Amino acid sequence: MTNNNSFRNPTLSAEIGMVILAVFIICAIFAPFIAPFGEAESVGKTWLGPSSKFWLGTDNIGRDMLSRVIYGARMTLGVAAICTCLSFLIGVTMGLLAAVAGKIVDQVLSRFVDLMLSIPILVFALMILSMFGSSLLTLIITIGVLDSFRVFRLARSIAVNVVVTEFVEVARLRGEGLWWIMRHEVLPNSLPPMIAELGLRFCFNFLFVASLSFLGLGIQPPFADWGGMVRESGRAISFGIPAPLWPALAIGLTTISVNMIVDWILSINARPSGASAEM
Amino acid sequence: MSIGFCRSTHAPLAPQRRCKIEKPILKIQGLRIENLAGEVLVDNANIELMPGEILGLIGESGAGKSTIGLAAMSYARAGCKITRGHIEIDGVQVRDLSAKGRAQFRGRRIAYVAQSAAASFNPAHRIMDQICEMPVHHGVLTHAEAEAWAVEMFRTLELPDPDNFGARYPHQVSGGQLQRAMAIMAISAHPDIVVFDEPTTALDVTTQIEVLLLIKKMIRDYNIAALYITHDLAVVAQIADRILVLQSGKMVELDTTANILHAPKATYTKELVEDRQTSDVFREKLLKSEREVILDASNIIAHYGDFRVLNDVSITVAKGETVAIVGESGSGKTSLARVMVGLTQLTSGSLTFMGSTLAPSLKNRSRDDLRKIQLIYQQPDVALNPRQTVGEIIGRPIMFYFNRSDAEITDRTAQLLHQVGLPEDYMNRYSTALSGGQKQRVCIARALAAEPTLIICDEPTSALDQLVAEDILKLLQQLQDDMGLSYLVITHDLGIVRRIAHRTAILLGGEIVANGPTGDIFKPPFHTYTEKLLQSVPELRETWLEEIIYKRSA
Repeated sequence: MTNNNSFRNPTLSAEIGMVILAVFIICAIFAPFIAPFGEAESVGKTWLGPSSKFWLGTDNIGRDMLSRVIYGARMTLGVAAICTCLSFLIGVTMGLLAAVAGKIVDQVLSRFVDLMLSIPILVFALMILSMFGSSLLTLIITIGVLDSFRVFRLARSIAVNVVVTEFVEVARLRGEGLWWIMRHEVLPNSLPPMIAELGLRFCFNFLFVASLSFLGLGIQPPFADWGGMVRESGRAISFGIPAPLWPALAIGLTTISVNMIVDWILSINARPSGASAEM
Repeated sequence: MSIGFCRSTHAPLAPQRRCKIEKPILKIQGLRIENLAGEVLVDNANIELMPGEILGLIGESGAGKSTIGLAAMSYARAGCKITRGHIEIDGVQVRDLSAKGRAQFRGRRIAYVAQSAAASFNPAHRIMDQICEMPVHHGVLTHAEAEAWAVEMFRTLELPDPDNFGARYPHQVSGGQLQRAMAIMAISAHPDIVVFDEPTTALDVTTQIEVLLLIKKMIRDYNIAALYITHDLAVVAQIADRILVLQSGKMVELDTTANILHAPKATYTKELVEDRQTSDVFREKLLKSEREVILDASNIIAHYGDFRVLNDVSITVAKGETVAIVGESGSGKTSLARVMVGLTQLTSGSLTFMGSTLAPSLKNRSRDDLRKIQLIYQQPDVALNPRQTVGEIIGRPIMFYFNRSDAEITDRTAQLLHQVGLPEDYMNRYSTALSGGQKQRVCIARALAAEPTLIICDEPTSALDQLVAEDILKLLQQLQDDMGLSYLVITHDLGIVRRIAHRTAILLGGEIVANGPTGDIFKPPFHTYTEKLLQSVPELRETWLEEIIYKRSA
């Protein structure tokens, strides 16, 4: 383990990804201090082009695009992050339970998840959001729960491989309870591949939030979010106004940078381990 | 031992070879192999292999045997790199060749037989297609010729139904058969050199002897030069002309087989030879006159699905006694252990432990019953959670069964570590930072932490190197003497049985064919199966295999 540190240094692309993501995260946290104008403030004429005062121009009701993009990071990234945490909490717990608790529990949970996965996720989300209204809480719970089905699939498939190992059998023979086995034996050994998945699920959730907002069922105005901003200013593109490109660029950059980091994390797990190199 | 050159009279389609050439066919000079982190795995290895000669490579795991074997083909495993040295096959510097040039050498001039045939065959293709691939690819034989040759070889190596054997898929044949098929595959393009990497290690003793005989025959018939890699001195003694002893990547001793066995020079070689000799010596133990039976399993019948793995098995273990259960893979010995700990449900029969009936299922057993029977596994690597420290691993049973305070747990853990011969400061290490033998010691400490009455050991030493295994057996014996533990040892290794078991039961096809004090079991008259088992254990005499060939032909 001691000599493997050189393997763990991030690749160049991972470093670029980290820098971009860090910039967005800083924007999200310190938005009120960084943004030159307020989130919902009309500060100029509509559809102004980039200028020294409005770096990215203004939108359909004269709000500063740069400030909106910075505040948008807060909403879009924040909601996606909370959704991902929620989906992992549910998905991993249920996935480990299915793997540890035996055939019947596994069958019930797995078939239920199969059923849920058979419904297209976007249609499902649109249905729920139009039924219950798109408050922030409903949005987060909907995305979190829908995404947890996919996390469940992965967590279960990783955990079943850990559950058959002998150290888990030792714990069973000792008489340990389900929770202890899940928490202390299975979870720590399932984590490395799950962390890479965490990044990817974050990406999907982030895109999903953006899509829902673009369709008008996600984060509601006057809050700025990137998907919603593309929708609001989308038509302007046909008049040669670059306004919708900025939030779209932010969406693209975030997705790519998370992927670059995840690629690196995955490649750590895929490298030949010390054990096989010593044989 | 003499190797007959050009003895190709009864070999089908054997290539005609030049006789008695003095130039070495394989020459390795100053070979150095490192892993990516820069650690040296093999340092300054020098090997010369004459045509038709068999060189045995012997050493513990991590000694660099396989690494050298693969390097002979100018190949390094993922994560390793050949950094220095010359590899010369029949006068050609292989390391200087392009990747394409090397590919032409591999299989054609030098071939490889891996340890686990099951893992090396492609499960999606028929055996025949995989055997024919190499000679056809190298343009040595046409597909039809290759098939005809393979069928002949199936017949020569005594594989069942040779005409149709090749049509089977790898999972449809046994491990020993697959290993033979792999040896056929290796010589299919008539190479000059074959690297055998522990070809019989994964096999049962009774199968091992068959495969060994046939490999020896094949090497002779085809006059192949071979590197024979193994960790078992007795096996290599039967096959090799010369033996190279390796320890942590360095050459310790290179000499003729007879000299290594009878006049070893290096200390390490002496240890290896002596240790192997002691296991040939029968150590009888006197039984206590009164046995206080603690575990009584009677008339156990168990099934996996419809398959009956255990058929009317009865066995008893007394206090302070070691009972060995011996059998081949598939004989049901591990199933018996699983029935006893409650992991496998028994169909009928009863288990009595210290006077009370044990519930057949783990879930219905009391915490105290679970505590008193502990299990030690074959593979310490997978029996320890890699994400827990040694302290956590050993401390958990103390916490779980005795609910002690943290300070008491630390004290007790330190005491247990001391008992199994590990330093206290290992408590904070992760098990991944330990060697195989140390891991097994941690497993033993974990079992002791529960303060058990009976420890079931499932092949406790078979994953360990010879000298390390010896230490573990000594430790187990010492703990028994100190604490009056009872052991139920499951093994296929008769050497272990002779050394530590008071009583022995021999299991064959789910039934006990012999049961009694170890001394009686290994004294004539034998059960026929016991006799077969005994005769199959390689002995440390160069002539052992020859004698068997002679006996069989007589």
